Amino acid sequence: MSSPTSPVLPRGKTRIGLTMNAWLVYVFFYAPILLLVVFSFSNDRNVGRWGGFTLDWYRAFGENEEIQQSLSASLRVALISTVVSVVLGTMAALALERFSFRGKKVFDGLLYLPIIIPDVTMAVMMLLFFSQLFDALDAWFGLGLSKGFTSIVLSHVAFSISFVSVVVRARLAGMNDQLEQAAFDLYASRWQAFRHITLPLIAPGIIGGALLAMTLSLDDVVITQFVSGPGSTTLPVYVFSLIRRGVTPLINAVSVVMLAASITLVALSLLADRAKSSPQPTPSKETDNA
Amino acid sequence: MTASNAASDLSPAPSSDGSTPAVGIRGITKRFGDVVAVDAIDLSIHDGEFFALLGPSGCGKTTTLRMIAGLDFPTEGSLTIFGQEVGTLPPNKRPVNTVFQNYALFPHMNVLENVGFGLKMQKVNKTEIVRRSSEALELVQMGAMASRQPNQLSGGQQQRVALARALVNRPKVLLLDEPLGALDLKLRQEMQTELKSLQRELGITFVFVTHDQEEALTMSDRIGIMKDGNLLQVGSPEEIYEAPANRFVADFIGQTNLLEGTVESSDTVCLANGARLSVRSTEPVGSAVAVSLRPERALLHDRDDVPDGRSSLDGVVQTVTYLGNAVVYRIALDWMTLDVRAENRPSMKRYSVTDEISVSWLPQAVAVVAQ
Repeated sequence: MSSPTSPVLPRGKTRIGLTMNAWLVYVFFYAPILLLVVFSFSNDRNVGRWGGFTLDWYRAFGENEEIQQSLSASLRVALISTVVSVVLGTMAALALERFSFRGKKVFDGLLYLPIIIPDVTMAVMMLLFFSQLFDALDAWFGLGLSKGFTSIVLSHVAFSISFVSVVVRARLAGMNDQLEQAAFDLYASRWQAFRHITLPLIAPGIIGGALLAMTLSLDDVVITQFVSGPGSTTLPVYVFSLIRRGVTPLINAVSVVMLAASITLVALSLLADRAKSSPQPTPSKETDNA
Repeated sequence: MTASNAASDLSPAPSSDGSTPAVGIRGITKRFGDVVAVDAIDLSIHDGEFFALLGPSGCGKTTTLRMIAGLDFPTEGSLTIFGQEVGTLPPNKRPVNTVFQNYALFPHMNVLENVGFGLKMQKVNKTEIVRRSSEALELVQMGAMASRQPNQLSGGQQQRVALARALVNRPKVLLLDEPLGALDLKLRQEMQTELKSLQRELGITFVFVTHDQEEALTMSDRIGIMKDGNLLQVGSPEEIYEAPANRFVADFIGQTNLLEGTVESSDTVCLANGARLSVRSTEPVGSAVAVSLRPERALLHDRDDVPDGRSSLDGVVQTVTYLGNAVVYRIALDWMTLDVRAENRPSMKRYSVTDEISVSWLPQAVAVVAQ
């Protein structure tokens, strides 16, 4: 608190007020999380009542087949949609940052749409799209497709691309484009310049974008619920359905596991973005010479 | 510089035909949309020469360099490197290397990896890469820094690494895009001398882009002066300084006083104030010209004390600027002002403001330049 640039610390009432404000914010943020974690160990069928310590709910989580299936579906959806959206999102970022082409501004604007429009809107759009698409495919080719795993993956890809490309683009924008030219000049082909220069330098952005995409995919309820079919439920959607059936502390345990996974991913993405956070050092003013 | 072995190893194979220009530019034009960056220039850069492209910013010099490098392709015209047409050949297929303006060192590689990158791309084997890269680093006196990261180096050191990274590939032509621009004055002057001696030692053709006329004069065998996409004059520093092709060149290279006038005959120019100067000129009779009088070529005398055989104009001392090694007088004529530079010698007579004096020069010391 005593950095040389900081002004004089507030004193008296102001200081007390500010301290209390800070603590209130912390309580507001973290008390629910703490409660959730604590009650996931509670030995009482009633969610909000403490009945002594137990690991039963975690054991039930491990034994419940429906949960296992939805967890595995969640992970597969997250993995596939992340890989696909990272490749497409990075390509979109490269196209927008490195080249100029007709309709670039429109493309740029459209790319941000999934970030801006509400989840429910997106979900309804996806639902409509897939029903129409599957109907059409059924009518033309007799393919009996129905909503399920594939439609979930596709809709997750659809919203993840935007987030990936935003993150990667920020990284690309901070990269000196003379570096690629220097690589060309040093006998690298376009692919080699990308592989040896551009890719290593934007890698933290790509990893950050991937972890973000994965987190979003693992957390999504609204869109998934609209486009999922019978027998293809992700974990968050399953938890949501549990609530309607009557709440048991099993939900708490499931939520804690999901929370831990999300926090880990977000932390990893922050770390990745911090690693090598200065892609091009500015040449310092000369003071000595060899 | 102790690495003469390294130097000979880095030299390019001698060209089979001595008369083939290292870089041949014929009618090269580059347009960016409606903007003409380079306008149909012709230029031959000789093998083994230190050539400077000089001009104010936006004159097309960097675009010209980038076309030689292959980073931009000409809209029209022919570009050859040692006789081989390279017009639209990508940069990785050309026997040239570039030292970029801000060095463009790869931040995720150490110094040795940076220098070895070109060789790695050419599939040279690993031990050979290390050997040649280390040699190139010795050549620029950076051998001790091989394992540093670029951001741990000062500007001057980065500059040397960029140089080694280009030279290690034994380019037939080395292109330098304002490489000294980011260095402070003292280091800059050191690097100028060093670059020049490096170029002599290696015998590689250097093409150097700069907006600094003093730098161009110091280092180059020949200079090409560009303005608005046109090549105005090509010549040795001496030719350009002594016989500028036009008003812009005269003014851009060094300092000069331009006295407006009209050609009356092959050895007389009538100045704007009506005075007649005897000076040789090849410009057509009746054309508007300027007489370029360099400040250091003029002498000051007491009024009416001008020796025979010298041209002169009368004026009044307006300001006196003491520079240490010289004194610069600004002289007010009744129709313009002149700068006169007098070396600071003990024998020199000093004048002060409002002194009535005459400015004189030898007729062969001035040049007539077209508008």
